[in-house]
Amino acid sequence: MAAETGTETGTETSQVLGRSVERLEDPPLVTGDARFAGDINFPHQLHMRVVRSPHAHAEITSIDCRAAAALPGIFAVWTAADIPDIGPVDFRADRASENLKPYRQPVLAKGRVRYVGDPVVAVFAEDPYLAEDGAELVAVDYAELRVIVAADQEPGEFSPGLGTEAALLTHSFGDIEAAFAGAHKVIALDLLTGRHSGVPLETRGAIGRYDAANDILELHGAAKVIHRNKETLVAMLGCDPAQLHLHECHIGGGFGIRGELYPEDVLVLVAAKRLGRPVKWIEDRHEHLMCANQGREQRHLARIAVDKDGHILGIDDEIFHDQGGYVRTHGSNVANRTMCMLTGLYHVPAFRAVTHFRLTNKTPCATYRAPGRFESTFVREQLIDAVAAELNLDRVTVRRRNLIPASDFPYRLSFDEPHVGDLNFDSGDYALLLDKALTKFGWDDLQADLARRREGGEMVGTGIGMFLEEGGRGPSDGAKIAVDGAGGVEVITGGASLGQGFETAMAQICAAALGVGYKSIRVIHGQTDRIPYGIGAHATRATVLTGGAVHVTALKLRAKALDMAAELLQAPAEALEISDGTIRRRDDAAGATMTLAEVARRLAPGSKVLGGREPGLWAEGFFNPTDTVFPYGVHLAQVKVDPGTGGITVERFMVAYDVGRAVNPAMVEGQLVGGCLQGLGGALYEEFAYDENGQPLAVTLADYLLPTLGEAPEVEVLVTEDAPSPLNPLGIKSAGEGGINGVGAAIAGAVNEAISIPGAVRRLPITPQRIRDILRAAAGRTD
Amino acid sequence: MKPAAFEYHAARSVEEAVATLAEVAPDQGRILAGGQSLVPTMAFRLATPEHLVDINGIEELGRLAVEDGVLSIGACVRHAAFHRPVTDGGLGAILTFMAGHIGHYPIRQRGTFCGSLAQADPSSEWCLAAVTLDATITAQSTRGRRTIAGADFIQGIMTTALEDDELLVETRIALPAADTRFGFAEFSRRAGDFALAMALVSFRLSGGVMHDARLGIGGAEDHPRRIPQAEAALDGQPPGSQAFEAAAAAVAAALDPMEDAGTSAQYRRELAQCLARRALESAAESAAA
Repeated sequence: MAAETGTETGTETSQVLGRSVERLEDPPLVTGDARFAGDINFPHQLHMRVVRSPHAHAEITSIDCRAAAALPGIFAVWTAADIPDIGPVDFRADRASENLKPYRQPVLAKGRVRYVGDPVVAVFAEDPYLAEDGAELVAVDYAELRVIVAADQEPGEFSPGLGTEAALLTHSFGDIEAAFAGAHKVIALDLLTGRHSGVPLETRGAIGRYDAANDILELHGAAKVIHRNKETLVAMLGCDPAQLHLHECHIGGGFGIRGELYPEDVLVLVAAKRLGRPVKWIEDRHEHLMCANQGREQRHLARIAVDKDGHILGIDDEIFHDQGGYVRTHGSNVANRTMCMLTGLYHVPAFRAVTHFRLTNKTPCATYRAPGRFESTFVREQLIDAVAAELNLDRVTVRRRNLIPASDFPYRLSFDEPHVGDLNFDSGDYALLLDKALTKFGWDDLQADLARRREGGEMVGTGIGMFLEEGGRGPSDGAKIAVDGAGGVEVITGGASLGQGFETAMAQICAAALGVGYKSIRVIHGQTDRIPYGIGAHATRATVLTGGAVHVTALKLRAKALDMAAELLQAPAEALEISDGTIRRRDDAAGATMTLAEVARRLAPGSKVLGGREPGLWAEGFFNPTDTVFPYGVHLAQVKVDPGTGGITVERFMVAYDVGRAVNPAMVEGQLVGGCLQGLGGALYEEFAYDENGQPLAVTLADYLLPTLGEAPEVEVLVTEDAPSPLNPLGIKSAGEGGINGVGAAIAGAVNEAISIPGAVRRLPITPQRIRDILRAAAGRTD
Repeated sequence: MKPAAFEYHAARSVEEAVATLAEVAPDQGRILAGGQSLVPTMAFRLATPEHLVDINGIEELGRLAVEDGVLSIGACVRHAAFHRPVTDGGLGAILTFMAGHIGHYPIRQRGTFCGSLAQADPSSEWCLAAVTLDATITAQSTRGRRTIAGADFIQGIMTTALEDDELLVETRIALPAADTRFGFAEFSRRAGDFALAMALVSFRLSGGVMHDARLGIGGAEDHPRRIPQAEAALDGQPPGSQAFEAAAAAVAAALDPMEDAGTSAQYRRELAQCLARRALESAAESAAA
């Protein structure tokens, strides 16, 4: 059944879940009262400016900070030698991988720089203008080294004795040799996904402050994985957990890259403590485009083996993963996710992927929305299209023949490698979603219509991107909920809000379980001093994990309230219900009632009716899912190519997505549409290009082409709830990455059809110049 | 992205502006008009002028008028002034169409026509207009006033005939004959981006053939220019695909396009050829209408 859409303001507790209720977080955002990192200021704060490497790979031969230090208004100038006790930015606890540790990034470069933008010197000044003046006076001499700008280049030296191929990673299952030996056809493609990333409206920002009175170091401007980052920082700084707290403020977009730990976060903390003044750092856009995590850049030498009917027998892929200058907080996670999600929602008997995980002299890479999946979906769906073209079969037919059937769930994917965890697809009906999507898009009529337009000389075509998502990774999250004596409800979570509507979703879940209006609920997130644990907001897990915890905790609180009320109302707890914060007998609407506020007052410490109960109307609960959830989707694109300019117009785009259960359909739709536009950026516009010396060519928003409203099609959305997850009480899957995952695949397929050259698109983004190159080469062949 | 320190001078008259400019020009003094190019370069510290002479408060520089058959555009006339036709006929309409390709709405509210000429970006729509339509540029300094022809004014990438102590006070474009037809086409990656190439054309028709043809190409070479070989392919010919293809081919043959990391010379040449043809087709359509 399709989820209901449309905004409603109703607060009826019984109906709040699954409704597109108004977002709680909007008023400060739309009235200018929000507080982003740039709005956080402390008395006597210093401003930090980072002097960065202008070279992609070089030895630092000397650093002279004297002129900068002598400038009035400059408070301190630091090089790596000033912080010898601070280690490199560490991996998150569960990502630790011993052999990757030498590739971690120092907070300030030690001896060698490895990308343009690598932090070398930190300048602390009375204002940000002076800090830049001071930074300009720092003189650093470099001796340039061999620069590696592509992962498929000959590897080189990372440091003496250590090569730039940090790891050779393998994921496999089935008998791959036999699959290819017995194939009717083997098709090979050489595919590239370009380097792009999330570019939030708000750049990064970090404010460090030391509260000497309480001996607490504070980091403001934290995001995404606040509690996990705290653990990492505690280990790096060697302090007690109670001596460090992280605080999230409003965030102008996350997309996976904002909120990871970066050198600047560590610098402001260390400086705040050692310089005795709060230290503020706000990244400028130029820095953002060369220092914040990038992603996606991979080359795939992919082969697929099929039988004569287009059934997949095996997929074999050799991947060159461009990691950039250092290994950041995720280790090799993106490369691993690329491999394990590559077969997607198809039944593939044999699979082998080998990734050359290589360092290059470019900005370091990590997770960007649908990490590894945008890439692998592009590869997989191009392979399927190639099979259809080679065997002269319909693209949809080939997909249908290979989809995992609904009868096969739960479906387990086990890899040969013992350290690679199984994937357990929890639920799904992939063919049903494909049918619904094609029907809604008017696929069959459209094919005839576009064929007519092509005969009339137009270059128009359609493409399909089918994909699997994964979300809700555990192991656990918790929540605390308290009702105060005035009836106010506070939900304290360790979740994070990146603008996705976290507060509203948590309030809806709490409201439905507890029986109160969602608007009366205050949701706390991103404050390590309020709750000692939290999963944050990453890899589409907030609603599943934290939502699950809020649900469990609200039920616990409800039971506690009803237990007290049962005594006061002289009725069995099972006979009572809570609606809009009022408790009454289910079978006696006109009978005695009491409010949750009254119950809270009766449960106050010292209350005469407390009896043997724990005081307080509050509860803490945990949700420990057994496994991850697997939502899935279909992207359909219709494009038009201008043969004269190579320009591409997206005439239509549809995102069909099974979300299990939508807590707030309008917010799900928002996630899907926003993700889709980012996907169009990666498919058609955005590219962090570098020249042969490793100089970045896209360091302003005039060069890094984010799609704007002018390029945005009206994205059509179909949200279904046909396969709720059996793994959590609400059946929720996740919505964060379903809008972006299949865009590159669908657009590439559509362009291939538009120009009537199967397999023409090898590389994302598909730029007008690349289209002209393809058309010119094709014209040359026919001449 | 914080500019280096500079001294700010708010001029109240053209005389005061040029007097101040004469003093500060040796210290990299610069005129501040719309600031849409200068201010971002200062934020990057690619430009570090020690003095800015702000001319926005000088009322007479906001003058936009048509008199004696000439369109006069003062130094502070914004791009947005062209959102509606500033003259009757084809010239006003084509300037409005071109203005819509300049940056985005907020940029057009602040950026100026004359500032765009002084900046001389190869992809500037107004530079292409000045060259193709034979604009006359008036420069003033403490040494006096002089006029410069559009084609002589723009000399290369961000390079003009303007001396350091001169203020570009006005651009003048003679109104074309009433039967002149115009066409313009450009291609950029996104709405509002710098053009990768663009073409501006005009011609008159009599006896079924074109004459007084002008064809300018911008964004492809280091500065916009008219392509005489293409104009020769149009003059005396009836408008239509044969003449247009020939003119477009002449454009491709005559150009020596810029090449950069993102855009090859070959692609720019193909674009210019395609856009020249489209601009001609649109001029022909306007003739039909």
